Amino acid sequence: MSNFRLIPRLDIKGKNLIKGVHLEGLRIIGDPQEYAVKYYEAGADELIYMDVVASLYGRNNLSDIISRAAKNVFVPITVGGGIRSVEDVQHMLRSGADKIAINTAAIARPELIGEVSKRFGSQCMVLSVEAKKTGDGNWEAYTDNGRERTGLNVIEWVRRGVELGAGEILLTSVDQEGTRKGFDLELTRAVSEIVPVPVIASGGMGSVQDMIDVIKKGKADAIAMADILHYERMSLSDIRESALAENIHVRRI
Amino acid sequence: MSNKVTIIDYGVGNLLNVVRAFEHCGADVTIAESMNQVANAEHLVLPGVGAFSNGMKELEARGLIDPLMRHVVSGKPLLGICLGMQMLLDESEEFGSWPGLGLIHGKVVEIPDTGTDGQPHKIPHIGWNELLKPKARKWEGSVLGSVNDKSTVYFVHSYMAVPESEEHYLAGCDYDGRRICAAVQRDNVVGCQFHPEKSGEVGLNIISEFLRIN
Repeated sequence: MSNFRLIPRLDIKGKNLIKGVHLEGLRIIGDPQEYAVKYYEAGADELIYMDVVASLYGRNNLSDIISRAAKNVFVPITVGGGIRSVEDVQHMLRSGADKIAINTAAIARPELIGEVSKRFGSQCMVLSVEAKKTGDGNWEAYTDNGRERTGLNVIEWVRRGVELGAGEILLTSVDQEGTRKGFDLELTRAVSEIVPVPVIASGGMGSVQDMIDVIKKGKADAIAMADILHYERMSLSDIRESALAENIHVRRI
Repeated sequence: MSNKVTIIDYGVGNLLNVVRAFEHCGADVTIAESMNQVANAEHLVLPGVGAFSNGMKELEARGLIDPLMRHVVSGKPLLGICLGMQMLLDESEEFGSWPGLGLIHGKVVEIPDTGTDGQPHKIPHIGWNELLKPKARKWEGSVLGSVNDKSTVYFVHSYMAVPESEEHYLAGCDYDGRRICAAVQRDNVVGCQFHPEKSGEVGLNIISEFLRIN
């Protein structure tokens, strides 16, 4: 397999890097550019940017932030939040994104997944899924940062999304997000086992053990991290060193 | 070191990140869409993402193949990236068989969908992988001159180049036991399967080395 990827996730509201709990209760962390450059220099394998209020207002505000980042960050950048059309995707790619994460608009109109992957390649089309547990082995897909129910079963939705052309899954557990209590291992494993494309586990990273669990038990291909890095609870190089010590294949810097 | 670079825009993929990376390395970048612009190039870059046949058709439709070949014959450096590297070869098996530029002998074939252990692995081959130096190969003086064996770079591809001659095989990588060609070189013609513009400091060093070639 490829190296396991360590991906800082930058949730953005307006001009600010923010962080919430369960995708709500947002607090301002700082200037996203400062954090992006810091993470790039510390050896981030990729970066993910999410405009967390874009879906509410129907537009993505990230274009300027991404243009600035792309001048100094030379690893793949994924951008999500409020992207609704092939034109929106084109615009974000021109700004400097390499991949686009889509949730709300793909649920509203699943054909968008195919349109994006045909035009720009499936490697560009990341299906973003916000999952909330509804019972044993069942999760429901949510939109608008875990606010709106969709009635869709996560496992069925992910399978369909990949059939339509999604090349990667960004899987956020709304239950675990911002709690530092570990990833939803059962969810991650259930999704990883049914799709042939890489799965990025997001939400809940509080310790190195959480990472090891989501790789070994959850079968994740990558993790997205926010809280643990933004609040400097651990550095990327500490996380990388700990992974190497556990014989997990991560990129050597 | 000449800092003038011409990057070919033939409508395939997003080349702005390639432009930004070259600019970061101090290059004076021209984006070329016409024959004349390509004919005036000093360092020429052929980027590209997507299907081989489409890439060749677009180059041809814009009349860019002729000035590109003249550039190579004149001895000036050419760097192909990703699809741009694959197009340097004789032909590709993507969607039947399509002729390439024939600057490096060999073919482009699908990456085997299992590792050597027979277990299926993910296609495309996406992510960070180590550059491996073939035995008896020196990287000094090449675009990999400042890169250590086993440095990691970023790949995204479903097809791979198979050069006929080991002499043109600059670097490989290992994907579950499968040997994948990561870089090729024949004199002034260089190709990278990985994306130097997305490979952090290692990638930027490779770009800087390319700019140093006279």
